[in-house]
Amino acid sequence: MGTLNDEQHKSYDMGMHTEQLSGRTMQKFFSLDEDGGRFTQPYTHEVDFDKKTDLDIKDMEASEVNTKMRELMAEGYGHIVIKNPLAKHSICVGILNRLKVDIEGSLGYFGCGLIDGPNVRITGRVGWSCAENMMSGTVVIEKNAGSTFGAAIRGGDLVCKGDVGSRTGIDQKGGTIIVGGDTGALSGFMMQRGRMVVCGNAGKDLGEDAFICTSAMVDDYCEGLAVDRLLLDAEGRDVGSAIELIAWGRIKASM
Amino acid sequence: MCGIAGIIHRNKSGDVGTEMTSMLRALKHRGPDSTGFALYGEPAEGEYVMRYKIAEQEELSSGFHIHKELEERKALVDERLRGLGVEILSEEAVTEYAYRCRIKFDGDMRKMADFIEDVDGVEILSIGEGLELVKDLGDADVVSDQYSLNGFAGTHGLGHTRMATESDVDIRSAHPYWAYPFKDVSVVHNGQLTNYWNFRRQLEHRGHRFVSNCDSELIAVYLADKMEQGKDLEESMTDSLSELDGAFTYLVATTDKLGMAKDTMAAKPMVIYESDDMVVLASEEVAIRSIFPHEVDTFDPYEGEVRVWER
Repeated sequence: MGTLNDEQHKSYDMGMHTEQLSGRTMQKFFSLDEDGGRFTQPYTHEVDFDKKTDLDIKDMEASEVNTKMRELMAEGYGHIVIKNPLAKHSICVGILNRLKVDIEGSLGYFGCGLIDGPNVRITGRVGWSCAENMMSGTVVIEKNAGSTFGAAIRGGDLVCKGDVGSRTGIDQKGGTIIVGGDTGALSGFMMQRGRMVVCGNAGKDLGEDAFICTSAMVDDYCEGLAVDRLLLDAEGRDVGSAIELIAWGRIKASM
Repeated sequence: MCGIAGIIHRNKSGDVGTEMTSMLRALKHRGPDSTGFALYGEPAEGEYVMRYKIAEQEELSSGFHIHKELEERKALVDERLRGLGVEILSEEAVTEYAYRCRIKFDGDMRKMADFIEDVDGVEILSIGEGLELVKDLGDADVVSDQYSLNGFAGTHGLGHTRMATESDVDIRSAHPYWAYPFKDVSVVHNGQLTNYWNFRRQLEHRGHRFVSNCDSELIAVYLADKMEQGKDLEESMTDSLSELDGAFTYLVATTDKLGMAKDTMAAKPMVIYESDDMVVLASEEVAIRSIFPHEVDTFDPYEGEVRVWER
């Protein structure tokens, strides 16, 4: 392994190459030897997590909110508290930065989509397609979530403490999805990599068209497993390693 | 895409006109073509409210002759109502083509409706003890203002914002649909039915009438047919999950109930807020939030779910 230069150190110091929570991801990380030093996202900002500000979005459009968040990051703010989200769509989208975000309320569709790095906590619920295409970071939802939760995420940890809708983790390609309650039909549909932990029940056709290298664990009851599925067990035990079961127990205990 | 919403107050009335307008305004992005309301007021003993139209909005731009033609259609409707023994207690011309009247009638509702709709261009939008069904082109504010719906006191209601995908942009294809000939039954739908024509033929053979080519109308007629066979609302809705094919979520309301059904693939959204005082449903939470100043807890129903609430 090569030596870290200053820019590489910076990205490591910012935590962009460390795992969040207790999850283990199957995301492929770049090798220092293979990649010539480009370890930070373009347009990322050095932020101070102790520099905090409130952002009341009651009268703002989604694009205004996301633009304003970038401006705040450019000013060095590392902790943004969003107030009055009022279930608006497409809030906190495209954040490619280490950042702490507290959302006091609920989000609509596509909340926290296309993010790479931030740690987001949402006190309310989220609508469809929360954290779609997330690359890294954490998103924790205190209440319920709509369908296509964590669609096509590549990395990071996505946690919903309540129930979620159908097609959770559709096309998931990495990362970890944890559901504290139940999940609907077709969860893990076309899931290719990553992990999904469901502490409650799962609807029908769990893992439809899922490929290998996926693992999904369901605590209580699963209505039925999909036909075209390779690595899945109704008991949630045949998932590859005891480590995951230990992590699962810890997650349940802490939720 | 379409947006649907519903609300039911428990053990009291509310300003369902303003509440539904607010929710449908928040869902405008899901369908700007037309907006419809099915509002349920407190029934008056022995009376019905009938809403009907005598033309499509676009007909008004067809030439100067249309105004005289509408007068003739209206006169013919009045004549037929009198001939059937319908007592008109009051009448209001909301627009040149839309009427609301309070009536007394103890005859055969289906025959009456068929005879009135036999007049060219006439469609009965609803007949009910509490139900008043209003639909027209434009967004929620346009329709609500046009029909003076803000301030409508009632117990429950449904609404719809339409993105026309499989039929025309006109009033007859707008939602909600009245479940003719059942008084006080209305339906709104978000989705597509893929066995529409097959089912429509079957229902037409059994004597049901269709006024549009909109697949959503099938749900209203289907439920009416089931209830005509003696099934209750919840049983009829449960049957629909296996017999109707496609991706759909729909809401249905009766004199004292509000129900929702979601297809077995859960392809169309629905968010529910439920409390001791009221139940509010919408395609998106942003609509529910439009009538609450504070945070509320909501949830998504799952695939193949049927829920019915009573007021």
